[in-house]
Amino acid sequence: MEEKLTLFKNRKRFGIEKNIDIIFKNTALVLSSFVAIILLGIILVVFFQSFESFSRYGLKFLVTSEWNPVKDEYGAFTAIYGTLVTSFLSLLITIPLGVGTAIFITEDFVPKVFREIIGSFVELLAAIPSVVLGLWAIFVMEPFFRAFFVFLHNFFGWIPLFSTEPTGRNSLLAILILVVMLLPIVTSIARDSLNQVPKKLRNAAYGIGASRWKTIFSVILPAALSGIMAGVLLALGRAMGETMAVTMIIGNSNAFSWSLLSPGYTISSMLANQFGEADGSQVSSLFYAAFVLMILSLVVNIFAQWLVKKFSLKY
Amino acid sequence: MNSLYYQKRLSRNIGDKFFTSLSVICALIAILPLIFLVTYILYKGGSQITPELFTLEPNPPGDDLDAGGINPALIGTLIITTIASIIAIPVGVGGGIYLAEYSKGGAFSRFIRFGVNVLAGVPSIIAGVFIYALIVSTKILFGSMYSGLAGGMALSILMLPTVIKTTDEGLKLVPNELRYASLGVGASMYTTILKVTLPSAFRSITTGVVLGIARAAGETAPLIFTALFSYYYITGFGDLFYEMGSLAVLIYNFALEPYDAQNKLAWAASFILVLSILSVNIFSRIMAAFTEKTKRV
Repeated sequence: MEEKLTLFKNRKRFGIEKNIDIIFKNTALVLSSFVAIILLGIILVVFFQSFESFSRYGLKFLVTSEWNPVKDEYGAFTAIYGTLVTSFLSLLITIPLGVGTAIFITEDFVPKVFREIIGSFVELLAAIPSVVLGLWAIFVMEPFFRAFFVFLHNFFGWIPLFSTEPTGRNSLLAILILVVMLLPIVTSIARDSLNQVPKKLRNAAYGIGASRWKTIFSVILPAALSGIMAGVLLALGRAMGETMAVTMIIGNSNAFSWSLLSPGYTISSMLANQFGEADGSQVSSLFYAAFVLMILSLVVNIFAQWLVKKFSLKY
Repeated sequence: MNSLYYQKRLSRNIGDKFFTSLSVICALIAILPLIFLVTYILYKGGSQITPELFTLEPNPPGDDLDAGGINPALIGTLIITTIASIIAIPVGVGGGIYLAEYSKGGAFSRFIRFGVNVLAGVPSIIAGVFIYALIVSTKILFGSMYSGLAGGMALSILMLPTVIKTTDEGLKLVPNELRYASLGVGASMYTTILKVTLPSAFRSITTGVVLGIARAAGETAPLIFTALFSYYYITGFGDLFYEMGSLAVLIYNFALEPYDAQNKLAWAASFILVLSILSVNIFSRIMAAFTEKTKRV
């Protein structure tokens, strides 16, 4: 009886406990705002570091391809062009392959066990570090494709894209290794959004006599389109920022060429190559290039998030 | 009568067959190179593994045939990833707790969730550029420039979004009844979180965090101009403030060397890196599947 009474007497919370509660909440609040601080910090720091180069070259930096530390002339056109071309062309190859694979995994062509194994295998591949893919590209992919590139040049050399003699590392190899990197992303996101399409839509289509692929093309793919698009945009952002594998295989040359069979450059590979030993106004120009890369990937990412929010499935 | 039977020559059936084989071909094209890649890495790297690899320093590239070992890089990767985890896990878990437990879906929490997604999409090399500008070039860490500490900070920026997201999502899956019960018997908010909700979301959070660590261990781009590289053994605490090697940067540097001995070292390092990352991934997947099964019962 006595014990109970003391319990009731102390039923109010101690001041110290209240304070701990408040401190805990505010600590969590501060920690969560770290994300915003870091994000703003990255944008501001990169912008201010690039200010010197920005005020000297302005937007001319984006369209000239002179990169000469001796004469102190900088322009990042080759790198920007390389970034855009490699990422878009690799996506062009990845989308049909990835969506096709995702359809294969979500339809019942083979027993579920096999499909699950294939699915988790593809996801595991996303975990392989890009530097290892770069190593593989240098020693396995490049020799493997050499004959094919010579063939491309001999027969399609009249197309500007294949107009140079293939000599070792080049942009096309970078595109191919990007395909290997993006496939897991596109496949797993496409698979998830295909799986989210309600079963009754499929049954309704089958019920009115549509064939399997008629159903896929006219019902399931359109319903999953927003998810797939978001996945594609995320992959695009990844492709633009991808550094190691591309740096190791693209050949790193700032000489502009339309040909995919000649060595090229991307913004991230330029940063990886030059940042360590740059000084003076070259550093500022590199920061300017980094700023361009950041804006590109921010725009793509924000657009992807907007797309998901705007067109997410409403069934 | 005929229409009751499956007719092979009907255009819709031919079309179906065509697209089915097309998707099978897609899957094959997607999967075969990937299988080839993994087996090649494991085979080629596995054949370079020797006991000395784990104990020796790498020799500077040159004409001597023996490349040495990868001990400093191996230890360096462990140290740098640990530093990144020490920074990212408390910040990320704390931030996730705020988002899942305290925020009420207002503008602030929506902004933070948006920021987490954006930060996850920032190219990894930008994290390196940021740390270079903030820490390496300013020599703010007691006058040291390139250091393992700076490398760990750059990696923590990449880990942070993963940790916040998994904490946020793991906590959201905890049923509200548990919270009501705890608050109902008079527990304060922080007791509820620390003693009830966090423990019940513990497994899903650790899975996500471990995957995030595994991912960070293989990152190279943020390290190449923050931690740089070192050929020498890590001997003491003070080495944190100097250049530090890592497996990922070792692979990058030695893959580009013209000497065969260095290339072999790069293959051996990728074997170790890939094997540990894949086993962590497979293990946590099995754990997650196991948890799901026990939950259903």
